[in-house]
Amino acid sequence: MANILHIVVCAGIVPDPLQTLEPVTTPAGPGLKNEMVLPAVLDPWAASALYEAAALAAKNPGSKLWLVSLGPKAKLQQVMMTVAQKVAFELVPIDGPIGGFPDAHSTAAVLAETIAALPGLDHEKLLLFGGWESATRGAGVTLQLVGERLGITDQFQGVDQITFSDDGSFEVLERVEGGKHQVSVCAGAPAVLGWATGNLAEPRNNPQVGMANMRTIMPALAKAKVAKLDANGLSYLSVSLPKQQRTTRVVKDMTPDQIAAELVEWIGAE
Amino acid sequence: MESILVLTHADDTGSALSKASLEAVTAGIDLAARLSALLTIGIIAADAATAASSLPSSGARLLAVSGEAFAQARYASDAAAAEALCRAASATIVLAPGSSRFTRIMAGVAHRLSGFIDTHITGLSGTENVEASRWFYRQRIEAVLSRSARPWFLLLDAGTHAAFADEAGTAQVETITVELPALRTTVSGFRAPTLGAQTIRPDAKLLFVAGAGWTKKQPDGQAHVAEAGDLILGFLHATSASLGSSKSLVDQGGEGNSVLPFLTHLNQIGQTGATPRHAKGLSTCCHGEEPHVVGWRFIGSRRAISLDPNCGWTRGKADVVYVADAFPVMAKLNALLEAAKT
Repeated sequence: MANILHIVVCAGIVPDPLQTLEPVTTPAGPGLKNEMVLPAVLDPWAASALYEAAALAAKNPGSKLWLVSLGPKAKLQQVMMTVAQKVAFELVPIDGPIGGFPDAHSTAAVLAETIAALPGLDHEKLLLFGGWESATRGAGVTLQLVGERLGITDQFQGVDQITFSDDGSFEVLERVEGGKHQVSVCAGAPAVLGWATGNLAEPRNNPQVGMANMRTIMPALAKAKVAKLDANGLSYLSVSLPKQQRTTRVVKDMTPDQIAAELVEWIGAE
Repeated sequence: MESILVLTHADDTGSALSKASLEAVTAGIDLAARLSALLTIGIIAADAATAASSLPSSGARLLAVSGEAFAQARYASDAAAAEALCRAASATIVLAPGSSRFTRIMAGVAHRLSGFIDTHITGLSGTENVEASRWFYRQRIEAVLSRSARPWFLLLDAGTHAAFADEAGTAQVETITVELPALRTTVSGFRAPTLGAQTIRPDAKLLFVAGAGWTKKQPDGQAHVAEAGDLILGFLHATSASLGSSKSLVDQGGEGNSVLPFLTHLNQIGQTGATPRHAKGLSTCCHGEEPHVVGWRFIGSRRAISLDPNCGWTRGKADVVYVADAFPVMAKLNALLEAAKT
């Protein structure tokens, strides 16, 4: 039997991981050099959450999927040109600052307020999805804070799999120490799930899905509300690149026997 | 004057504090001494009194939440327990280990107390104010930050402090009563992701990383995946190393089934994987691209075996790069390691 779910995915945008990052000081605090022109992608773990959400919604007819994303409107539009071709969703954009340095509590407050005001959202059917950490701040707290603000006390982080039963309950696999999963059974929605990698591959681009999505994405971007984020007493004393650069010895002329012998010595050394 | 609370929890036995918790205790004692602050330690465990026996001389006030409901890690019960301990301690600074159990709840607890949280803290400094170091953009940018708002919750990364060690003894513990909400989640246990050997060993001295090159065609025109699997497992067996992987290798299987059956996304190191702490790391058949290497931030001595003399490892990311075919090198290495054992 299908469970009708209202899935809200919170996903930020991050610089493409192959880009070189250089911190700079801006009037608003720390930032990245040329941040607005760096190519951006959907946050990788949040993207896993989006794909899992889409698969779950497809398995449960009547379900709805929203993608709530906070970032500069222009960057959101650029990233959505790609993401929109992957899976069907309704975008809820919030025009706000980009990057890892703004305070997570302020971000969470804006997201929670936006989600609570979503037309047609049934709190009793709500599954709040997102990445368990972002690739920017990487704190792993925003989703949890949003959940608390929405009064959700069944929360799971580092999720790799959920399996629904007919009665609406679901089994969750969460990453814990030592390469294991903790197995839990939750009675059902509402719940917060911060996704790790999950098990799904990235969906192929589907231009038809893309066109359908873009019909609602562009008007939504045009109407995106503007958010300002408070610092909440957070101050940065220094922001810098790591200075460690190793002097690499490149060995091209050793036989496998010689390399193996050298590695044995290295492994055994304290 | 600051008042510091160190929140701790039991390990899998339920009656001893986890190693990460004992590391947080060390951090709390250091910080309290530096700031001349009051120190309280809060314990969440099925049997908190026994767990507290490792803290008789910590010099801290000990608070505990105890009972079967706290034997397992679950948001609703753990958050209620941590909230009760924080309220009882009236702390301005809360330190806690960045374990899976506490990272699941602590932001929510901070919110309930109108506090603020920062996680993945790798260092605490400052004598007048607390200054916390952490990384941004997946270990690519380091920052030192501070907060004027209180209470301030700080989750400490594992391995950043020595574990508190004390003679076992009897400690005076104040029990805190917790009113639990309705529990809708039941924890049924743990599941290893694959059958066979446990390959992720956070306490190992050596990290061994397998890259996608292990599954590529070899000079005879064939891929030797089974042989690669044997060589990798043979090395892990001989060294008790922890196994990591590049994203490209674990992604090859797709839909949860790796080409090397003992590898999963849990083994993945890097931007969308883990950032483990080991004294040494050996990379094999991996290009050493930046999204992977950011996961090596806390690996001390680094060596790599790669056929590509211009791979990322050669550009200041490893100490030694052997330009060689990993198959014969690993076969010989395993033979030498096994011979040394006998």
